[in-house]
Amino acid sequence: MKKDIILAGVGGQGILSIAAIIGTAALDMGLYLKQSEVHGMAQRGGDVSSNLRISDNEIASDLIAMGKADLVIAVEPMEGLRYLPMLSPDGWLIANATPFKNIPSYPDIDSIYAEIAKVKHHVMIDADQIAKDMGSSKVANVVILGAASSHLGMDFSTLEKAIISIFGKKGEDVVNLNINALKAGREYAEKHSIG
Amino acid sequence: MQKMLLLGDEAIAQGAIDAGLSGIYAYPGTPSTEITEYVQQSKEAKQKGIRSTWSSNEKTAMEAALGMSYAGKRAMVCMKHVGLNVAADPFINSAITGANGGMIVVSADDPSMHSSQNEQDSRFFGKFAMMPVLEPSNQQEAYDMVHYGFDLSEKYKIPVLMRITTRMAHSRSGVVRKEARNQNEMSLPTDLRQFVLLPAIARRRYKGLLSNQELFEKESENSAFNKYIDANDKSLGIITTGIAFNYLMENYPDRKVPYPVLKIGQYPLPYKLVEKICNECEEILVLEEGYPLVEEMLKGYLSKGLKVKGRLDGSVPRDGELNPNIVAKALGLPVTVGSDIPDLVVGRPPALCMGCPHTDSYLALNEALSNLAPGRVFSDIGCYTLGALKPLEAINSCVDMGASITMAKGAADAGLIPAVAVIGDSTFTHSGITGLIDAVNDKSPITVLILDNGTTAMTGGQESSAQGRIESICKGIGVEEEHIRVLKPLRKNHEENTKIIMEELAYKGVSVIIPRRECIVAIDKRVRAKEKAKKEAQ
Repeated sequence: MKKDIILAGVGGQGILSIAAIIGTAALDMGLYLKQSEVHGMAQRGGDVSSNLRISDNEIASDLIAMGKADLVIAVEPMEGLRYLPMLSPDGWLIANATPFKNIPSYPDIDSIYAEIAKVKHHVMIDADQIAKDMGSSKVANVVILGAASSHLGMDFSTLEKAIISIFGKKGEDVVNLNINALKAGREYAEKHSIG
Repeated sequence: MQKMLLLGDEAIAQGAIDAGLSGIYAYPGTPSTEITEYVQQSKEAKQKGIRSTWSSNEKTAMEAALGMSYAGKRAMVCMKHVGLNVAADPFINSAITGANGGMIVVSADDPSMHSSQNEQDSRFFGKFAMMPVLEPSNQQEAYDMVHYGFDLSEKYKIPVLMRITTRMAHSRSGVVRKEARNQNEMSLPTDLRQFVLLPAIARRRYKGLLSNQELFEKESENSAFNKYIDANDKSLGIITTGIAFNYLMENYPDRKVPYPVLKIGQYPLPYKLVEKICNECEEILVLEEGYPLVEEMLKGYLSKGLKVKGRLDGSVPRDGELNPNIVAKALGLPVTVGSDIPDLVVGRPPALCMGCPHTDSYLALNEALSNLAPGRVFSDIGCYTLGALKPLEAINSCVDMGASITMAKGAADAGLIPAVAVIGDSTFTHSGITGLIDAVNDKSPITVLILDNGTTAMTGGQESSAQGRIESICKGIGVEEEHIRVLKPLRKNHEENTKIIMEELAYKGVSVIIPRRECIVAIDKRVRAKEKAKKEAQ
């Protein structure tokens, strides 16, 4: 088992919370893991990405080779497109539909959706809206993770366990909210996966 | 023992805690910051009484670490690569004084300049100082090397440089811990003049350093961090340093490279191992993250001997960090790539946060300067450097910590009046104060804006060392009290702030304006911490 994942977003959107859940689940499964992060200047509203690699064999590089990523998980739609050179021809793009517009030249959103639709295997999900409907926009990232969950090579229950271990300290409500967010993302993806 | 999932930086910190560290000294700088932060947040470190608060700058940090080593305890000092420039004086001399308690200097390089002004390679500093250098290839090695480095340092009574790069610092992986050992007891050097670098003593100590070079090389020959991995195809030999080894291995999924590989993790280079691979192989490919240090050494100036491929002959790009694809190309392997980035995707450069106080300071400054010819604002290193970009385009320089004040002074000396300096509170205490003294002594017509957001924001909000004392520092070094002006950078104060700045621009001497408003990220963090504490109390 080997999964190479690019997490993409804008500095401050919290892509590392997704990495933390996958990472905790991977450790629980006894897998090897390497995860590169972005700190420093680029965090200030710039585009950020994290390379997350899990495998049952030892992993060599901290960075994924171009064209080899099994998954690009993007918490922002244009940022998902930025990492297409990393995505393998059989890989999946899981993209949030809600744009983060902190630049004046942000492209027309429908054109972005059209480009996402061209990707062979993709799920586009309005995670922000789903999260809002559930009562907390904070869990949008977990909704996206849910939409990606069937491609991670791990059982859903392992991810649930990871959420319990990460959010357990914050109380039952927070745990349940996150697990429901994960489920909502998964259910959406089951109905709306293209390719 | 159970594996811990640690960043390279954190592995170094945990390694130091477990190897009997007594004190860590640092000024924050990407990608080195998380080493010290980890020690600061570690309960174990607290229990063991390891000191870990931030220093004013890298030079004070290096000197304090050397002092702790003098007193017989193990010390670590951490910085980003350009921080080593600031600390260069004590660093180079510490190779001559030598150490007493084990001392490790960690310098984190930033090839590709993700968060830096240059991509200088700290290994050259190690070579320059003639110090042993360690360069881990993965998080486990980073952890193990700290233990090893302290031993090496205590064996030869010399500080050891540990060089890492961004991907090593900021990538997480499993690390197995060793058993923790105790800190050293305090003990002074047996020769109480060891650290007195009077010429007569320095000459003697320097000869000792020179004669130790052979021993350092022998350590490298026998080091577990330098590995010769033989293979049958001798048409090529590959030398890797640090994490370059990983990118090589990534290109061979079965981990079997057909060519001999020499993996370097400790310097000075192990002569015999290098000689062996060069003798046995027809051609050498050098893969190193950073400058072509090993490649240049092998090639020699006239490059008349060996056939060496690397950054100098274009087999590997001359600048920037390595990755699996660059290494594939250098090996002549097919380079994989996904589909192109659609044309509509635009760049998203870093920017000041919404509601950042710096934006309001710059808007007022821009307006205050609007009747003057542009090109007179010298700035510095921090979030506010982003004021160079659209829409503010407010500054004309960013060179090194503290250079805003001194460059403004020099430009004013040349007749550019008024000249303006823009510097953050933390950068001011790092290296701005001495420059301000120069300006005061010359009564230079400069206006210095010390943007006080109460934190070292760019690196993630570390404590700023002159909190609440900026006015008194300025006053103490001779800035006239009536020309020290404090303002609150808010949109609603724009006109008043602009007026204050214009008044000081008109003054033909040193003015200091302190726009003071807390960093909004810091506020957010503070409020969250408060909420968390409240919840925990319940």
